[in-house]
Amino acid sequence: MNILNLIRIAFRALLRNKLRAFLTMLGVIIGVGAVITMVAIGQGSKESIQSALSNMGSNMITVSPSSNINGVRIAGSSFQTLTEKDIVALKRGTQYVSDLSPYVSARGQAINGALNWPTQMQGVSLEYMDIRKLTLKDGIMFTNEDIAVSAKVCLIGQTVIDNIFPNGENPIGKIIRFNRIPFQVIGILSPKGQSTFGQDQDDIIIAPYTTVQKRILATIYYQNIYASAVSAEMTDPAVNEITDILRTSHRLRDTEDDDFQVRTQAELISTLSSTSGLLTTLLTVIAGISLVIGGIGIMNIMYVSVTERTKEIGLRMSIGARGIDILLQFLIEAIIISITGGIIGVFVGLLSAWLVTFFLSWPTIISDTSIVVSFIVCGITGIFFGYYPAQKASRLDPIEALRYE
Amino acid sequence: MNTKKILELHDLKREFKVGSEIVRALKGVSFDINAGEFVTIMGSSGSGKTTMLNILGCLDKPTDGSYTLDGVDIKKLNRDELATLRNHKIGFVFQAYNLLPRTSALENVELPLLYNKNISSSERRDRAIRALEAVKLADRHDHTPNQLSGGQQQRVAIARALVNEPVMILADEATGNLDSRTSYEIMALMQDLNQTQGKTIVFVTHEPDIASFSSRTIMLRDGILQKDTYNKHPKSAKEILAGLPVTEDYNIS
Repeated sequence: MNILNLIRIAFRALLRNKLRAFLTMLGVIIGVGAVITMVAIGQGSKESIQSALSNMGSNMITVSPSSNINGVRIAGSSFQTLTEKDIVALKRGTQYVSDLSPYVSARGQAINGALNWPTQMQGVSLEYMDIRKLTLKDGIMFTNEDIAVSAKVCLIGQTVIDNIFPNGENPIGKIIRFNRIPFQVIGILSPKGQSTFGQDQDDIIIAPYTTVQKRILATIYYQNIYASAVSAEMTDPAVNEITDILRTSHRLRDTEDDDFQVRTQAELISTLSSTSGLLTTLLTVIAGISLVIGGIGIMNIMYVSVTERTKEIGLRMSIGARGIDILLQFLIEAIIISITGGIIGVFVGLLSAWLVTFFLSWPTIISDTSIVVSFIVCGITGIFFGYYPAQKASRLDPIEALRYE
Repeated sequence: MNTKKILELHDLKREFKVGSEIVRALKGVSFDINAGEFVTIMGSSGSGKTTMLNILGCLDKPTDGSYTLDGVDIKKLNRDELATLRNHKIGFVFQAYNLLPRTSALENVELPLLYNKNISSSERRDRAIRALEAVKLADRHDHTPNQLSGGQQQRVAIARALVNEPVMILADEATGNLDSRTSYEIMALMQDLNQTQGKTIVFVTHEPDIASFSSRTIMLRDGILQKDTYNKHPKSAKEILAGLPVTEDYNIS
């Protein structure tokens, strides 16, 4: 039997009842459309959570001092092991680390005229801005020159501005005092809002680390070293690298414990991305169910259609259609319905994903996999759910089918 | 005229099991039909007429005895081979026309050829057009069944029966749904196909009036052949039509 002829026969049979064909398709259209939209929403939120994380510095690595001398563990802040020497060694020896910054901080009172506000001053290098994903809203960043001369310049966060420059005056160029030392404000940090843990990230003043070390704390040690891995995936090798270099730099023997701690954001990332992975799975399952329901819709209508078209089947058999011809005709009808429904469904899915982004401003990402998979699934659905009614049709007795009213 | 035997029936029996009882619909029927004959098979209900039709049409197989169609013994064939045989050798015409709804006359006529893989799509179209011309419906290609009168629909069905160039046209009460004038028109067409193109026609009917147009009448009764009469001078349906008051329906000539 010529398969082209059978396709022609199936196509003509479908065209004879366009509305029925469309209604049968509807289940598949909705199914495939739902898969694509749902997965797009799932992927979109996953991606946006991850980009929010990476804005928080997802590849950020924090080194803090610690100690374990004679079994007595002492709090990190009271320990002094990280110095200029470590930064130099790290800068020379790492390949998975893109940025490094010393970190010292001091709490104190920021004062502008009669107004004051308790805040924290962070002493850092230029790279800190990239590591923490900080940006300037206005003004300029301090320079390496400023670091070299321990210049009394600073950048201030929004919360500090709100409290000591409450009347909307421009703080840039103004002199404020922090712990009685005058600083010139040269830049304003873009607001970051609260951190995931509820900490106000705008309640800070940033200054060259040398300035904080020498003029405020009078120390040569760093409280922390901040670093960023070249990418979030490279965080682990970067941690190993930093650990090795610092151990060498601190001349620790193999039997000795680290006198520092290296921490990453990895756990946070994996928790959040597994949450949104769960979301994607959930949406995919829901969409998959609707695809199965679409398939059952096909079976339902094909089944009814076999009964309704019994006389037609009898006629076809009497003029020479074999069982296999009838079987293939109905199977091809089911496949045409599901493939056509699938194609329309893909477009419906793309359109509704776009509508979701356009009207609800939800991020959506169309995944190629979801299109391919849902398409294959609906092809299989067509064959699977079309087979039973088709087989029923092919087994009809031509004599009884012809007499059927 | 060609005297080749198209159908050979020998001691044909057909039994059905209904519950625990065995119903014997045909109890041993033998006859031959030659090429070019116009045979009517008659019989009242319960005579085995329908069973005979199903067997002649290769839709059913005899329980016993033999049936040879154009040299092929159908007893040896399976379901699919029977279907192919029907496709190549038999043209069915039904009482209820059995055209596909919402499908053009041309596509309806093409239908048997779609199940014949040896026929190209251009040949299929040509043959369908010729078959429609043979039933005087050349101008109705694109009409769907509900745009055609009963007589026209039956002529489309006859074209469909002709298109695969069968050895036999098998008509089942083909005039049963038509008024008498249209019935004569169909019979005139049948006679024309039989006489000018030499088509072998087997016409199952219960109307004696229809039988008078054929060259031979086989009468079945209670599953046996009761009478087999040759009609030397069949009536001409065309002449009867000419004698009827003229209507605007259509002109057979």
